[in-house]
Amino acid sequence: MGEEQQERDRGAEAGHAIRHLPVLDLENRAFWTGGANGQLLIARCGQCLRYIHPPRPRCHLCGSGLIDREAVSGRGRVKTFTVNRQPWLSGLKVPYIFAAVELKEQPGLHVISNIVGCPAESVYMGMPVRVEFEQAEDVWIPLFRPDAEGR
Amino acid sequence: MLAEKLACISGAGQSDVGRPSSLSALALTIQACERAVERAGLSMSDIDGLTTYPGPVLDGSGHSPVGATEVMLSLGLDPTWIGASTEGHAHMGAMFQAIMAVASGLCRHVLVFRTVAQASARARDHAATAIGRGAPRVEGGWSWLLPYQAYSATTLYGLYAAAYFERFGATSEQLGAVAVNARQMAALNPNAIYRKPITLDDYLRSRVISTPLRLFDCDTHVDGSTAIIVSHRDSAPDLRQPPVLIESIGMALGGLGFGDFDNADFAELPARKVGDMLWSRTDLKPKDVDTAQIYDGFSILTLLWLEAVGVCARGEAAPFVEGGERIGLGGQLPLNTSGGQLSAGRLHGYGHIYEACLQLWALADGRQVRDAKTCLVTNGGFGYGAMLLRTD
Repeated sequence: MGEEQQERDRGAEAGHAIRHLPVLDLENRAFWTGGANGQLLIARCGQCLRYIHPPRPRCHLCGSGLIDREAVSGRGRVKTFTVNRQPWLSGLKVPYIFAAVELKEQPGLHVISNIVGCPAESVYMGMPVRVEFEQAEDVWIPLFRPDAEGR
Repeated sequence: MLAEKLACISGAGQSDVGRPSSLSALALTIQACERAVERAGLSMSDIDGLTTYPGPVLDGSGHSPVGATEVMLSLGLDPTWIGASTEGHAHMGAMFQAIMAVASGLCRHVLVFRTVAQASARARDHAATAIGRGAPRVEGGWSWLLPYQAYSATTLYGLYAAAYFERFGATSEQLGAVAVNARQMAALNPNAIYRKPITLDDYLRSRVISTPLRLFDCDTHVDGSTAIIVSHRDSAPDLRQPPVLIESIGMALGGLGFGDFDNADFAELPARKVGDMLWSRTDLKPKDVDTAQIYDGFSILTLLWLEAVGVCARGEAAPFVEGGERIGLGGQLPLNTSGGQLSAGRLHGYGHIYEACLQLWALADGRQVRDAKTCLVTNGGFGYGAMLLRTD
């Protein structure tokens, strides 16, 4: 199978055609554009070193305003997921997998995303996944696929 | 004295509910408000406060097509205070505001309403209620979800349902008991939308929307309005009927729709504070509850709510509802006696408040819970509020 065909298939699995994109702002821009350099950038408190997602300009745990962005490994595990089978919008490809991924850097550090690159039936809670990015306009959407090396 | 002990519910009204309705959203609202004022034995000139949840959302989705100002003008009101509660404890936020307005002495009779016209919106455009539809880009809490195609709350609660099933070994048969019960109750409610009973087999055969949630796990879009009048308790002598007393309230904030998923435990709602607060403000105990109207935008929410509000221990709501006997009319805790949102229609929490009032006024006809003196009502999927209501 050629790369182009694989790309199309992956797009179909993720419902590539339809995604509502975020308004980029000073807080979220790193998360949504880090993929341009292949990086998943997560906000991190410079004082207590806790990761904070979604990003906010103040650490809600220690009160510090020193918030950095840090490239994380992009690896994690499926915390919970649902296989959506209902086409909510005309042209929306189903099924797709909507999931919370717990990043390996910190317990409870969740990213909401889609699981792609595998049949819906093969996804399970605790499944190791790694990030990849799908570009749409000026946004690089972090998606996750099975991570064969993460077991 | 606690704020809620100074307030009471003096009247409640519900419009005819349609899917879709032949009446406009504003006409439905007026109908509900007139019925509530009539039932209270008040007149429009007695209403000195007006609020709603969430306030006008004029995006064609029918989610909240009517604002408080419009209702003020239509009813000829001249209120001291008017508001809306876009932020706060979801559906119940407007009720809490009304309680505070009365307890503070600012108002004596606050009219609270909630109007939806989602069936009409969908009749015009089948995708009208898809979240984020029409917006070129998204901001706020939903911006973390919509790029991943969370166009329906079903996908959000699919995450919770899957986690709850995994953690506690809950089953579709158990979850389905909530949906089957709702239909049994709706059959006894002339204003309900879906009144033909379903069996557990019907439920298990219904199509999957977002695993593990099926069609019958989802509530149904309707056109309708509910109005509740929150009055000062010392106005009781002026009222047509004994007021419904607000024994205690509980509230909590959080949840996926707010972009609140850091450290989330998806096998529960971040709403345990609701139960802690509610039971700390009363001498009554969960065992004293005669009937419960527990939010059921999705059946899984009912299970999660029963645990959040302390009626069931964690993981025990699923076995509690299993088979349906405990939650039926003659059971230990008759649940969602109007048919809830699953079968009576998505009146967005206010159908539950209305039904609680009917039960406590013994006006629930064929679905009346015998000797109902206390009723627990909970509202919300993200943003959470509960009231323990009672009669003397």
